Amino acid sequence: MAVSTRTDLHLARRRTTNFVMLGFCVLASIVALVMLGLVLYFLASQGLKHISPRLFTRLPNNIDIKQGGIAHSIFGTLTLLGIASLISLPLGILGGIYQVEARGRFAFAVRFLTDVLNGIPSIVIGIFVYAAYVYPLSQRNPGSGFSGYAGGLALGIMMIPLVMRTTEEILRLVPFSLREASLGLGATRWRTMWSIVLPVARGGVITGIMLALARVAGETAPLLFTILGNEYFPTKQANVLGAKVTVPAMNTAIDALPLRIFNYAVGPNLEQHDIAWAAALILIAMILIFSIAARYATRGGVLEEH
Amino acid sequence: MSLTDTDEVAVAPPEVRASGNGANPETPPDSKIRADKVDFFYGSFQALKNINLDIPERRVTALIGPSGCGKSTFLRTINRMNELIDGTRLTGKITLDGQDLYDRRVDVVNLRKRVGMVFQKPNPFPMSIFDNIAYGPRIHGTKNRKALNEIVERTLHQAALWDEVKDQLKKSAFALSGGQQQRLCIARVLAVQPEVVLMDEPASALDPNSTFRIEQLIDELKTEYTIVIVTHNMQQAARISDFTGFFLRGEMKEFGATDKMFTNPDQKETEDYIRGRFG
Repeated sequence: MAVSTRTDLHLARRRTTNFVMLGFCVLASIVALVMLGLVLYFLASQGLKHISPRLFTRLPNNIDIKQGGIAHSIFGTLTLLGIASLISLPLGILGGIYQVEARGRFAFAVRFLTDVLNGIPSIVIGIFVYAAYVYPLSQRNPGSGFSGYAGGLALGIMMIPLVMRTTEEILRLVPFSLREASLGLGATRWRTMWSIVLPVARGGVITGIMLALARVAGETAPLLFTILGNEYFPTKQANVLGAKVTVPAMNTAIDALPLRIFNYAVGPNLEQHDIAWAAALILIAMILIFSIAARYATRGGVLEEH
Repeated sequence: MSLTDTDEVAVAPPEVRASGNGANPETPPDSKIRADKVDFFYGSFQALKNINLDIPERRVTALIGPSGCGKSTFLRTINRMNELIDGTRLTGKITLDGQDLYDRRVDVVNLRKRVGMVFQKPNPFPMSIFDNIAYGPRIHGTKNRKALNEIVERTLHQAALWDEVKDQLKKSAFALSGGQQQRLCIARVLAVQPEVVLMDEPASALDPNSTFRIEQLIDELKTEYTIVIVTHNMQQAARISDFTGFFLRGEMKEFGATDKMFTNPDQKETEDYIRGRFG
């Protein structure tokens, strides 16, 4: 076969470029994976040996630190995520639907402002909630202000743009032909969204929510200004069906895992450092369990099949 | 509305069209849909130019023409699916049984219940065969299980799919073949009891055997429904339609009985296209 040398050279150059660029891609993936592996390894090597059941059942013990736990921090983080979800999921999902369905300048403005909100540092959101909610409340009623509600609000504000944008992007992935089919049968836009588009996008939307939760679950800065942190389990008396029962209180300072990690890690006490490592591991494990549970609950999502 | 009072709209005089209707030698069919000086724009691009057309009731009307000629655009103006696209505009009048479809009082949801649509690619919902068909009746208020069962069975029979799927109604519609999916989509449209069925190249994504079954189906359905079908396939138009409209560059060049269009068209462009000289 008569193939000119010039073509051979050209081909060799293309092959080399292909090989080198693919190599870079593999390298980048490996470096990223190694980073993640290192973080997890450090956490596990430092934290695993300090994980014990008492961490989940007991409160901090400042006399014998080794006997103390972080039950109130775990409970606090779960409650904060619950409140943040209550605030952000309806707003984020409905807002995401709006941005898919609506056209025009207002929708564009909403999308832009959502991105701006997404870019605001979390500490600024903490300060905002402090100035707009915590401080005015404490002025009116000394001793109040810092609360689970304030913390949940701060995390909720952070979650709104995350949920909104992922919802929007996932909904856009749903094939237009499905919308057409539904609208063509005489379904309203809302019915089409509710019965066809959202179920198809369900897995993706939930994954987006999980990512948002994972992101805010580890936030520390906004909590400094909103929940303050404490060493005990705040409770109150509530009237449930005529009986007085003790329930967790939300309208007072509470604790959360990232805050506990921060407080223990900056102190000089090595036993507290141990608990901080364990707490960090628990936080990561919580997020991992959430994500796996969400994956499991939404398996067989339609978008993945296509 | 009869064809005799359509003089202003008619491409050919009514008596010519009636006599050209060889497949249906009885009385000329009533007009179901009428387009009157319809212009349609995507932004500043004019996709339809002065379309005047009467689509007869309970007949198959084929719209043919090269890609981009506006035939699909016209089809979508009949159930107002064109409104889903940004920046579109329609002038002129399209009527269904004499009622202006673009009148502000017309409810588009109700219109699309009367004018169903089958798309180019089969687009079943990601749910069971049963739920696919029951979707339409359900959104229009039929909740009764027995009634839904009846609708599903009846429409699957109509769509010639019943024997193939009667034992697997709970199975995902995605498990069906492409041709079966398209028949399912037809059954799904029939389930809302439309008067008109629009078909946008319904067989172009299917194999020859499935195409044949869809064509058979169309032939059976025309006793009950007014069918408008857009097709790229000239033989298909010749086989299944009673009337044919030829679109070119946004204009309707010719409209008439299919027999006449395919044997002795009035326009040279129609003949050139049908003979395969362009397009």
